[in-house]
Amino acid sequence: MNKHKINKTYAEINARIKAGEAVVVTAEEMTKIVRREGRVKAAARVDVVTTGTFSPMCSSGMFFNFGQTTPTIKAAEVWLNNVSSYAGLAAVDAYIGATEPCGDDPLNKVYPGSCRYGGGHVIEDLLNGKKVFLKATAYGTDCYPNHLLEKEITLDDLSSALLCNPRNCYQNYNCAINLSDKTIHTYMGTIKSQGRSANYCSAGELSPLLNDPLYKTIGLGTRIFLGGGIGYVTWQGTQHNPGGARAKNGTPLTPAGTLMVQGDLKQMEPGWLKGVSIQGYGCSLAVGLGIPIPVLNEEMAGYTGVSDAELFTQIIDYAYDYSNRISRNYGEVSYAELKSGSIEVNGRQVPTAPLSSVVKAREIAETLKEWIMKGDFFLQEPVQLLPDGQE
Amino acid sequence: MYKKMYLLRFTKDNIDQPLICDLVKKYNLDFNILRADIFMQQDGVMILELSGPRKNVQAGLKYLKKYEVKVETMATVIKRDDEKCFQCGACTGRCSTGALSIKRPEMAVIFDPEKCTGCGLCVPVCPVQAMHISLDKSVRLDYQRIKYNEPAKEEVTVTEIN
Repeated sequence: MNKHKINKTYAEINARIKAGEAVVVTAEEMTKIVRREGRVKAAARVDVVTTGTFSPMCSSGMFFNFGQTTPTIKAAEVWLNNVSSYAGLAAVDAYIGATEPCGDDPLNKVYPGSCRYGGGHVIEDLLNGKKVFLKATAYGTDCYPNHLLEKEITLDDLSSALLCNPRNCYQNYNCAINLSDKTIHTYMGTIKSQGRSANYCSAGELSPLLNDPLYKTIGLGTRIFLGGGIGYVTWQGTQHNPGGARAKNGTPLTPAGTLMVQGDLKQMEPGWLKGVSIQGYGCSLAVGLGIPIPVLNEEMAGYTGVSDAELFTQIIDYAYDYSNRISRNYGEVSYAELKSGSIEVNGRQVPTAPLSSVVKAREIAETLKEWIMKGDFFLQEPVQLLPDGQE
Repeated sequence: MYKKMYLLRFTKDNIDQPLICDLVKKYNLDFNILRADIFMQQDGVMILELSGPRKNVQAGLKYLKKYEVKVETMATVIKRDDEKCFQCGACTGRCSTGALSIKRPEMAVIFDPEKCTGCGLCVPVCPVQAMHISLDKSVRLDYQRIKYNEPAKEEVTVTEIN
């Protein structure tokens, strides 16, 4: 009845983790194992494959509750280090978004703006134990008469600090070029004119969703590495688009699935969330995220065994096509080509630059592997899988 | 053949001297000026690549010091903050000298200050502001430091060049 030769359950794998017997490898290691031993043997031997990614992920932010004052306040506007936070929630709840710039930033008035400080930097400062200046204003009510709150806070002072990222961990992303006559500054970095440079942003074979392309194990409730601590997948991310073109191995050829993730900032580690400034574009947050993928059968072994040479993306012009929503590409390239440092576009060799840290992605996969092997981290079977766009 | 990038700091008093010309005439050195902020009656900065027999480069630098030109290697004025850097690689797309490069297959982002010409293009593209260049401090400022007994900036001495 079962279509697979190897069949494991989450409970079996967790029992092996508990017994200290689980075989855990990183996605890079799995690529070699599957190539050497084949999918069935790999599935029989390996229990969990760990993945990782570390790059700017703009749709990130933090819900926080800063505790009541005496007299009480119903904050209408809230700032952390002069970065505006959304306060249209209950009295002392707010949400700070990663891309919100500091109030007095000149932005692109002096082009290209350097956007030195924003919401992502506030989150990083809090995580690093730094003091942050909180200001809240209010209109005053009978139950919340206070009009103004100003004080220095640290992460410890917040009664709740929940990293809540509505769209992270993009499954594949464009390779950006610029076919105009001037340098452009985009969220994909600075790109030289006339197609003389190409930027890309994915961990490739280490990237979580490229190792489970059809979301067979990643879903609501999946326990993950988030910002150096533990987090969870809580929904598909915004713009989750599983229905696009895919290669035979199931991996998407364009940006596809995304994840919404959450985790308690208080148990995360400095260094795994970094505020970033992208010249001419704005601020963001680089997020370290890793997902363990259970090798339930040889099909999952096949997915997790994917290599950079089997993962493809499209070359997109960010000077005109992207902003005018013109669906056109200048070729398809593999991550092996992108990582080689040079790709061919229109018959010409173009140097590539990454925006996603493979070194950190590998470190995340290794860390997660260590946690699981030590029995500190168990797999959580999703309570519901993500929409996979398949009929 | 010895080849290295230097940062020279001139003062108001020596800036009108044809010192670089002397490096050629007296010491048979090749030079390549990569940047020069030189104005009469002002402190100035020059980034210079010198090449020639090692002995001649040493002698040439000694000659510059005689005229109170402060000589530093680029490695002492360009720094990467490795705590901040998360090795994304965005800078490698801007660096044209190979000072910032990717080591494959690890994909580690390597900074080799010896290849840096101090153009500064990496500074604004670094998303975490990990690259620092300090070209603007003049010799005069360093004199003030000495006056107030503050530690002077690390300076390369002629004997260190090897």
